[in-house]
Amino acid sequence: MRIPLSYVLKRIGFLVAVLFTAATINFLIPKLAPRDPVTELINRKIASGGLTSEGAAEFGDSLRKLYGLDKPLWQQYLTYIWNMMRFDLGYSIVNYPQRVSDIIGQTVFWTLGFVATSTILAFLIGTVVGALVGWSKTSKWFSWLMPPLAMFSAIPAFILALVLIYFLAFKLKAFPLRGGFSATIEKDWSSTEFLLDVVHHAILPGLSMLLVSVGGWALGMRAMMVTVEGADYITFAEAKGLKGSRIFFSYALRNTLLPQVTALAMQLGLIVSGATLVETMFSYPGIGNRLGAAIAALDYPVIYGIVFFMVVGIAVATLFVDLLYPFLDPRISYSGG
Amino acid sequence: MQKSQGFKGFLKYVRRNPALGGGLVILLLLLLFSTVAGLFVPKEGAYPLSTTPKQPPSAEHPFGTDSVGRDLLPTLIYGTQMTLSIGLIAGCIGLGVGTVLGFMTGYFGGLFDTIIKFLVDVLMTIPSFLLLVTIASSVPNPEEMSILQMALILSLVAWVQPTRAIRAQVMSMRERAFVMMAKLSGMSGMEIIVKELMPNLLPYLAISLAGAVNGGVLGSLGLQTLGIGNLREPSLGMTIYWLRYYNAFLQGYWWWIIEPVIMIAAIFIAFLLISIGLDEFANPRTRRTV
Repeated sequence: MRIPLSYVLKRIGFLVAVLFTAATINFLIPKLAPRDPVTELINRKIASGGLTSEGAAEFGDSLRKLYGLDKPLWQQYLTYIWNMMRFDLGYSIVNYPQRVSDIIGQTVFWTLGFVATSTILAFLIGTVVGALVGWSKTSKWFSWLMPPLAMFSAIPAFILALVLIYFLAFKLKAFPLRGGFSATIEKDWSSTEFLLDVVHHAILPGLSMLLVSVGGWALGMRAMMVTVEGADYITFAEAKGLKGSRIFFSYALRNTLLPQVTALAMQLGLIVSGATLVETMFSYPGIGNRLGAAIAALDYPVIYGIVFFMVVGIAVATLFVDLLYPFLDPRISYSGG
Repeated sequence: MQKSQGFKGFLKYVRRNPALGGGLVILLLLLLFSTVAGLFVPKEGAYPLSTTPKQPPSAEHPFGTDSVGRDLLPTLIYGTQMTLSIGLIAGCIGLGVGTVLGFMTGYFGGLFDTIIKFLVDVLMTIPSFLLLVTIASSVPNPEEMSILQMALILSLVAWVQPTRAIRAQVMSMRERAFVMMAKLSGMSGMEIIVKELMPNLLPYLAISLAGAVNGGVLGSLGLQTLGIGNLREPSLGMTIYWLRYYNAFLQGYWWWIIEPVIMIAAIFIAFLLISIGLDEFANPRTRRTV
């Protein structure tokens, strides 16, 4: 179950290619688009009375110099790639001089908290439900779970979030309508009261993510379970007279887990995109909501920085899962390729 | 898989494939609602200040009105029309590009295949929604974006999945005996693709189309919900954006929230059922998915 170095290097090479492509797209698209963020910013400053038109030209020149926009394009590109490699994402235009990396640092843990929890829970629940439905020796009642779960899986999480907010938060008042914590509580991570408040706020966003993803895991698992049930080693285990639960867990479930984990790696991008919109719906203080705010304010460095950060996160997580396979399934070996 | 004998044969088949039938019926109802109903309800009502704001559903406004005076009936009629059009255009472009690239790479292989496969692998790792956000937020004057412009932006990512799926199918079919026969009988590569492979892959192309249209609708909804795109013209995503902007929740305007949610859910459930049904059509031997 050793992973050969050549495979690791190949995967890391691919990771670099992905990040390089993402950085290049991030660099090129604003250059191709015929809009000038500096002029737009100056116009907004003039409109809000923060700048006279005499000072505007000078301010514009210094901004262009600061962002390196006065240099030739190839030099800008090299500087940009070099900055990306050092994870220097530049400054926010709207909240200057706040650094984009600081904005990410302040928001990312909010997102990680509810997204990771809901994803892991959805994965576990969906996998177990799918396995129970697919396994022919369980009650037929389980199969009634599938159609509603499949329906939920078709609906985007942020649309389901609207329904949950209306019924559970507005009508029943069981959960807060928005935000990550109550304004009335002191923000102190060591107090239990504050932590409970944070959890209370995270339940609805997490639930919208969970409900839409359980179905997908259940569907995948059921299909795998049906295939595995016909396998020779299951028949053999039955012939040996092993207990049903032992066959289910150690023989069937164990062998169907790997494709589920592969699917998890493939789903990461969708999960992150989904969470971005869910956070926007709840005005949750996470990175996705910050991205939405940056879009509304046309704060380009923040938009591109957050997008790039998310791409890096997903690419690294995918690599991590890939390298984890041999530990999950000893049958996998990369020595062949 | 039995060859259908015209429309009657199709109806007969659909009876055995309720998912496909159900999905097509919902989609047909949505299309009727968004086109035929538009003949009787003028579009003017779908703009702000056209009627009394904040009205719950009544005989005069069967769907109610929003807080800036849009009548929600025309808003949803024309909004569904716009959202479905965007998805259809983006999906068709995506499938078109995906079909050409998928057949070219899957059948001929070579350097072109290596490059396209690498590009597809890279783009599969980068979430398409984030790409869309980057691209769409850089477009000048997003508030004046037309249906076609929105669809073109979405089609920039809509080709990736079809290319991957079709390429895989073509590669598995390339080695089959009937393709060998065609090759031996002197057919050229293009002839084999058009005459032999295409007809056999039609159900897969249909699945790819359903997926691409679904992706287009989802992408446009997501972008508009974030406030990117034309927020003046009626569309379902625009409705979601404004109900959030005007805090429909805090005011308890349930009709404003529930109605677009039902339309959007109906669209996605229709596509889910259609793709399940097509899957059963393409692989009749596999067990039912739902």
